Amino acid sequence: MATKVSEEQVEQQIFDGLVELGTERAVLSREATLESIDVDSLDLVELAQIVEDEFGVELRGDDVKDVRTVGEVIELVVAKAE
Amino acid sequence: MTRRVVITGVGAVTPLGVGSEPLIERWSAGECGIEDGAGRCREFDPLDFLSKKEARRTDRFTQMAIAAAREAMAQAGAGEELPYEAHRVGCVIGTGIGGLPSLEEQQRKLIESGPKAVSPLAVPLMMGNAASAAVAMRHDIHGHTYGVVSACAAGAHALGDASRIIRAGDADMVVAGGAEAAITGVATAAFAAMEATSQSGISRPFDARRDGFVMGEGAGVLVLEDAGAAAARGAEVLGELLGYGATCDGFHLTAPQPQGIEAARAIGLAIADAGLTAVDVDYVNAHGTSTPLNDRSETMALKLALGERAGDVPVSSTKSAIGHLLGAAGAVEAIATVEALRRRVAPPTIGWEEAEEGLDLDYVPDSARPLENGNGRLVAVSNSFGFGGHNAVLCLAA
Repeated sequence: MATKVSEEQVEQQIFDGLVELGTERAVLSREATLESIDVDSLDLVELAQIVEDEFGVELRGDDVKDVRTVGEVIELVVAKAE
Repeated sequence: MTRRVVITGVGAVTPLGVGSEPLIERWSAGECGIEDGAGRCREFDPLDFLSKKEARRTDRFTQMAIAAAREAMAQAGAGEELPYEAHRVGCVIGTGIGGLPSLEEQQRKLIESGPKAVSPLAVPLMMGNAASAAVAMRHDIHGHTYGVVSACAAGAHALGDASRIIRAGDADMVVAGGAEAAITGVATAAFAAMEATSQSGISRPFDARRDGFVMGEGAGVLVLEDAGAAAARGAEVLGELLGYGATCDGFHLTAPQPQGIEAARAIGLAIADAGLTAVDVDYVNAHGTSTPLNDRSETMALKLALGERAGDVPVSSTKSAIGHLLGAAGAVEAIATVEALRRRVAPPTIGWEEAEEGLDLDYVPDSARPLENGNGRLVAVSNSFGFGGHNAVLCLAA
């Protein structure tokens, strides 16, 4: 079962995850669109694995198909963790 | 009128270095890239060619193919922009095994941590067509694009198929070659278990002391073009792919047919496809694996195919310098062959010293030797044979 996590923790994890997947840290912000930082569907599936390992939150392809920005990914994980 | 196929770019990543230049220069100088019983591409760093993200999404064999393709396309003057409409350009790249390092890593994750630990990238990393797909994406290629899988004949089959695509009029340019990076735990153990690889760690094709092949890795990519289209755009022509012959032994899963009958037929088909006969052949780039079986049956095949000419033609094996690059071998060796012809030299079979009864061709021992044909072009045959009895032979000129 997912444990309660802070938004800061999730943000940190998502940022770290995206850097691990090859995104430059300098271009990361909550406002950045996934398209603008070249994050595609394969990245999101890998990111979902990292999030699940860390927070026990399961993200499926359908969950993230309408997500546009990094901030929205973070909000989605936080909402699912509650 | 029959369309002719010319070579306008070559690129290689081999144990002799990154680039086609070190391959031909160092081999011709008698240098060997094999260390500690394996032909590894120690100088290759994928991040010289790929972003961190691209590198994560590609297996080593794909990374090497991308690097080789970049060199070949730049030489062809097609690195920045394709010279033809994208649907008139294809990409055919062979491999023996595909992304084996990725497969083994994901298998380890599956066993250690369960199915949820397996990467969503696993399939695109390990699929055998990954190299052709990645090169096509990078160069915006939209024509015939696929991988070729025929073990150690894959690189030559890819080039042969590519030439057929151009000759049939389905493309004006095909980026073609082979890539392999299978010096892994499973492959090394498996080839050793079947006693195909050398216990001594020495690749000495056609020598009486040969005891198996030495595993190598790398990639070779050539840019093939319709001769008329290449001339129209003023491309520099490095050589010509004159002919292609392909047969199958239909005999044994791994052992070659001992008399080399179907291999000889493939050689004959390639020479005939070029509109030539055995007397026109100036050099043979042998498959020459350094296994007891191949080098004997290949020698017999050459005698069958070339007849009286067999004893007069210099025959050497690139594998004496880089080991056996499996599915990349045929492409890398086609590059070595064309570059050797351009330099009018037959590079040596490095390490050849002891003759074996029946293995009595001119294997170019000791050092490179000049190839003479006045001012005329030189013609070579490049052999590739794969487990499964696959025989693919190219007839090349420069």
